[in-house]
Amino acid sequence: MTHSPVARRSGGRRRTRRAVVGLILAAGTLMAPSLAGAPAAQAATPTLLNVSYDPTREFYRDVNAAFAEQWRAETGDRVRVQQSHGGSGKQARAVIDGLMADVVTLAVPVDIDAIAHHSGRIAADWRTRLPHGSAPYTSTIVFLVRADNPKEIADWDDLVRADVAVITPNPKTSGAARLNYLAAWAHALRRFDGDEARVRAFMSRLFANVPVLDTGARGSTTTFVRRGIGDVLLAWENEAHLALRELGADAFDIVRPARSILAEPTVAWVDGHVDARGTRALAQAYLRYLYSAEAQTLAARHFYRPARPEAVDWTRAERLPAMELFSVDAVFGSWSAAQATHFDDGGVFDQIYTPAGKGAR
Amino acid sequence: MTAPRTVTAAASPGPGPGPGPARRGWRAPSVIPGFGPTLGITLGYLGLVVLIPLAALVWRSTELGAAAFWDLARDPRTLAALRTSFGAALIAAGVNAVFGALVAWVLVRYRFAGRRLLDAVVDLPFALPTAVAGIALAALYGPQGWLGKPLAALGIQVAYAPAGIVVALVFVGLPFVVRTLQPVIAEIDREWEEAAASLGARRAQTVRRVIAPSLLPAWATGFALALARGVGEYGSVIFIAGNLPHVSEIAPLLIVIKLEEFNYPAATAVGVMMLSISFALLLVINLLQAWNRRRLTDAR
Amino acid sequence: MPANPTAPQAPPPPTGEPPLVRAGLIAVAMAFLAAFLLMPLVSVFAEAFARGPAAFLAAIAEPDALAAIRLTLTVAAIAVPLNIVFGLAAAWAVTKFEFRGKALLVTLIDLPFSVSPVISGLIYVLLFGAGSALGPWLQGHGLQVLFALPGIVLATVFVTLPFVARELIPLMEAQGTAEEEAALTLGAGGWATFRRVTLPNVRFALLYGVLLCNARAMGEFGAVSVVSGHIRGVTNTMPLHVEILYNEYNFLAAFAVATLLALLALVTLAAKTALEWQRSQRRRAAGA
Repeated sequence: MTHSPVARRSGGRRRTRRAVVGLILAAGTLMAPSLAGAPAAQAATPTLLNVSYDPTREFYRDVNAAFAEQWRAETGDRVRVQQSHGGSGKQARAVIDGLMADVVTLAVPVDIDAIAHHSGRIAADWRTRLPHGSAPYTSTIVFLVRADNPKEIADWDDLVRADVAVITPNPKTSGAARLNYLAAWAHALRRFDGDEARVRAFMSRLFANVPVLDTGARGSTTTFVRRGIGDVLLAWENEAHLALRELGADAFDIVRPARSILAEPTVAWVDGHVDARGTRALAQAYLRYLYSAEAQTLAARHFYRPARPEAVDWTRAERLPAMELFSVDAVFGSWSAAQATHFDDGGVFDQIYTPAGKGAR
Repeated sequence: MTAPRTVTAAASPGPGPGPGPARRGWRAPSVIPGFGPTLGITLGYLGLVVLIPLAALVWRSTELGAAAFWDLARDPRTLAALRTSFGAALIAAGVNAVFGALVAWVLVRYRFAGRRLLDAVVDLPFALPTAVAGIALAALYGPQGWLGKPLAALGIQVAYAPAGIVVALVFVGLPFVVRTLQPVIAEIDREWEEAAASLGARRAQTVRRVIAPSLLPAWATGFALALARGVGEYGSVIFIAGNLPHVSEIAPLLIVIKLEEFNYPAATAVGVMMLSISFALLLVINLLQAWNRRRLTDAR
Repeated sequence: MPANPTAPQAPPPPTGEPPLVRAGLIAVAMAFLAAFLLMPLVSVFAEAFARGPAAFLAAIAEPDALAAIRLTLTVAAIAVPLNIVFGLAAAWAVTKFEFRGKALLVTLIDLPFSVSPVISGLIYVLLFGAGSALGPWLQGHGLQVLFALPGIVLATVFVTLPFVARELIPLMEAQGTAEEEAALTLGAGGWATFRRVTLPNVRFALLYGVLLCNARAMGEFGAVSVVSGHIRGVTNTMPLHVEILYNEYNFLAAFAVATLLALLALVTLAAKTALEWQRSQRRRAAGA
């Protein structure tokens, strides 16, 4: 044993102890506001939790402010709407697993169906409870291309050209991407008069042109816009416009195909939660407010297609060009049928991506 | 500093019967107190935080049934994803084992400008959220990036290819090797190296015969941890991998896909497969280390 | 390690490499760190300060960002001490005693490293979710574990569990038990032996472990993302807030918060450097 000096040890110990005390004090100071602050803020105003999907952040920020103002004018009460955003499917799972959402405002109806089916906390007939099939605003799939459209991409058929690289998120992980896929499928179905073998070949060629499959829609936008990969991004119309506004209107153009799919983001209150929390009236008022003139105008301002265009103040929003849109139900029977055929494990999408099926079929 | 004992590892020359063949029952008697409480805390904490939740995972995967589990395990897509994850993690851990050891050695032994900065940067992969790391690496190694552009000119694609996965895993795994080795390198007694040198050993021999053996356990640990961490990594990889099925799809992404389908049993089953392979890898490395320790002890 | 080419002419110091080899090693290490660590860091900083320090500060002072910072610090302040206690106990049990099943125990301690973040969040959902056995009971008693602080802490504790133990075990193994045995023979109690002999010996490994544990606790993204619920201003930690900002195309703010996380890790490193300096001063004073 070569070391002995006891003085050195005890000095070190004193310093260590001082450091530990300091750390504990620092931690205490940091935690105090969070422990004391949270309950006080919650007791003051009733809150709603709106569990939504990624691209609606900017829209609901405006809606929530307008609703709080209107609610206060009407009832004299304050209300605070908390937001949660994420991938639509992931958000649905969180609600099923116990996230106490008062209302859900998700990308595709199947996600709310899933909550109703797996948790029973939303009534099965939820789509009939609000006007327009509980879809206060809709959208569609368009193409975002590089400025002046150098590859001259005009319609769905151009996506399978050998010289075109297509960016879309993975339909297995992104609800938005399922619409991209279904829109392309529906186009091919019409083009080839329902010859499914040729439709599959078309889809295989399309996905052979996809160099990167991001897990979410915004990831794909970043890949296309910031990394400069691909010639065309398949995107929701509102997302394409937002990307244009946020990331450079000079660098990109929006191309609208002749026909595209109707995207129906739907909304519902969560019966199991609003009853437990005593927020049913508030939640219903909030969702009905989405159909008001003000909220419809806000939807239009955020590049959605409002369900009640006649209510919109068009001096404050830009009218989107009319397009021929078909619904998922019309082409595929129902969302759940489309889901089961195409996206479930071993479904058509997986078959397209088996090594044997790629390109050959 | 401590006595020249580093190489003898756990050899215990003190009072009481040493470890090794003399052990009776399931543990060797020792004069050191605290076995009960510390092992109790360890097992209790491990049980609550790790074992019970993981048991829930295994339990949920049994809903799948043996036949379906087996089909999933043999599914080419599952196999491809597992191969991608384990293959990329192995390569990345190998890169880290070599360069991480070098970095640890340089940081501990040499004094040069910028050493403290480099030392600080090593922890970065833990502090940066993995998603940020993935975004930064994708920007850097992407076709327009600072490094991606020159590499693309050479015909090398890193981002959105399997090589991108390796880059991300090198990033997340590096601190494991460096930080495991650093304290041990600092502990190596220079007297041993001096003794070796004075006995006529050349530097290379000293490194091979004296330094390397004493670093081996920590080095193996670092490698194992970097490997284990790489296998499961998700956040940084999905931004740089490209995620094409059968090409650059990692096993954790497969789990996410199963979850999206509300197929919890299949998701947990893939999780259990990954867990079993990682557990086996870690166990083998830890057993090898225990064996190495005993070998050194018995040789004395 | 390359062999020594200049040995016959100028004998190197007995315990070091010749200057040329040394410079070469430093250069390789620096190049490696630059390509994999420094350049990503620089690109993050560059984005964060793209519009100057004022924009950087504004991004961080925003209420949701502050809430996220507070939550992250709270979570770390709970998770790190828990794992320190665990790490010390585990390292003591593993390195001071010989028993069967030790390799298995060490492997179990390592296990959280190898569990995918996707899974380490999911296991708590399986355990506490509304569909689990415990879920209805928790809900009946008004206990919110998932999508609230307890769930976030649990996921963080899981992910960072091995760090302290893993730093301590190799070192304590190398140090053996002789010093503790000597202290005990001289009549010191077990606790005193731990505090006066073991703890000073492992101080730096412990510190490393705490630093890494803390950095990872604050930076964990995947596991926390599963159990957080992403409620803005309530259950968003800093890494989740970064993701949200990034997805809002608010790149500057996203990288600003990410930079802050990196800086928090560097602050703990400054503490380490100060301690190291203190030790070298003390050693000089003691003439050792």
